[in-house]
Amino acid sequence: MLKIDNLTVDHGAIRAIHGISFSVEKGQLAAVIGSNGAGKTTLMRTLSGLKGAESGTATWLDHNLLHGKPEHHVRQGVSHVSEGKSVIAQLTVEENLDLGALWRRNRVEATATKEEVFNLFPRLGERRKQLADTLSGGERQMLAIGRAYMSRPALLLLDEPSLGLAPLVIEQIFQSIRQIVDSMGVTVVLVEQNAMGALKIADTGVVLNLGTVAASGKASDLIADPAVRTAYLGF
Amino acid sequence: MNQFLDMVLIGISAASIYSLMAISMVLVWRSTRVVNFAQAGMALLSAYIGYELVARVGNFWIALPLAMILGAAFSAFIEFVLMRTLQKHSTQGAIAAIAPIIATLGLLGLIRATIGFIWGHGDVQLEAPLSKVGFKFGETTIIMNPMSLFVLLFVITLMIIVSIIFQKTNIGLALRASAYAPEIAQLAGIRVSGIRTLGWAIAGAAGAAAGILQTVNGTGSLTPESLEFSLLLVFGFIAAVIGGLESLPGAVLGALILGLVLAAVQIYISGALVFIVAFLLLLLVLILRPQGFLGSKAGRRA
Repeated sequence: MLKIDNLTVDHGAIRAIHGISFSVEKGQLAAVIGSNGAGKTTLMRTLSGLKGAESGTATWLDHNLLHGKPEHHVRQGVSHVSEGKSVIAQLTVEENLDLGALWRRNRVEATATKEEVFNLFPRLGERRKQLADTLSGGERQMLAIGRAYMSRPALLLLDEPSLGLAPLVIEQIFQSIRQIVDSMGVTVVLVEQNAMGALKIADTGVVLNLGTVAASGKASDLIADPAVRTAYLGF
Repeated sequence: MNQFLDMVLIGISAASIYSLMAISMVLVWRSTRVVNFAQAGMALLSAYIGYELVARVGNFWIALPLAMILGAAFSAFIEFVLMRTLQKHSTQGAIAAIAPIIATLGLLGLIRATIGFIWGHGDVQLEAPLSKVGFKFGETTIIMNPMSLFVLLFVITLMIIVSIIFQKTNIGLALRASAYAPEIAQLAGIRVSGIRTLGWAIAGAAGAAAGILQTVNGTGSLTPESLEFSLLLVFGFIAAVIGGLESLPGAVLGALILGLVLAAVQIYISGALVFIVAFLLLLLVLILRPQGFLGSKAGRRA
């Protein structure tokens, strides 16, 4: 279980997250929604070790997420796809994927995982020798998720995979994320501005507002909640 | 025709050494975003160590790889002790960007002074292990000799090894990824700080080779204040900038351009103009094509 308790994080001189608490059960997909500046990206960067926290705790199983660098967390099964299609444009599709499995030092397993990624995103398989630079926005996002998957995560942190993508492509990516949860048993925290789309595929949801938890619960309950509807779902 | 051949041979021969210096500048720049002025001192120190090893082991062919290994270790040590500490202690403000570069200047002075302290300020001679009499073809003697041919072949071999490491191995993939996008590399599980040290180590080995080969290919004499090594740094830097500062093939291409242009000036115009032309070339590249010739718009290509 991912357990966040009374977590406080500063972003420079500004307090970005004010003592938030929530948890995500193993094997579930949790959507974290909220407008710009709600602290969503800061939360993700803190959980993956890119950023330090001021106080509080965050644990995945028995692993303390507030201690150690990202490369350490990856080895404990926590992978983060950062905001804005986090692929390396100068490397090929295959090299981007290989990168995620380098630390495992097991070529056979890595090759098997890579085939899983190509099954999940066949477009990447067709473009395996191309530079990531030549991919479309949607393909880049697939590659970013695929790269994280190559590390065989138990907890996957996804920051705005829908950013800048066409509705049809978003639909496709969201379906793949659901598939990663259902058939591969990965726990996913999905941060999204596209609140409706995220809540529709999620099991649970957390609404962040100015660094505090405004609402949380089952995704279907949040969609039905009139207050959440007016403030975040736009109808 | 003979003059043209001389120009090409002198140019390529010089370029082989510039390219070693240039790739060591590029490797350090790519891994830590520092222009390492101390590289001149580290190369000079390696040449002195080469001299000392030849005196003790009595064999240049053992001394050369040994000095390269020591050069790599020293360079890695500098990154591990000096650069990491600097990064930890100066994280904010104008000083954060400039401190590492000034530190390399300080280190350059420190290394030169230490060399003077250990080996004295007079000349020492690192003898060439091969003949420096030009090859003969019938009546004509060409400017290339066994020593400079060895230097050329050795550098080409090193370049092939380096490009295989970078393009075909896991370590190479980690090195490239950490250079292009350290944060993404970290999120992918790469231990980026270790990879940085490795980048410095490879740079140190290349710089050590440059220092020793430059010496045996040239006059063979070494002094702690050697102007030759300051120029080696400058030429290596110019070559790296022509190539875009981020690109290893670019550094080699930059070294070839620089070597050939300077050789042409020396043969067709006057040897006295070589430095003027070298610095004009640097300024021209910075003004007309600051991203270099193999640098992309983002300035980053393998």
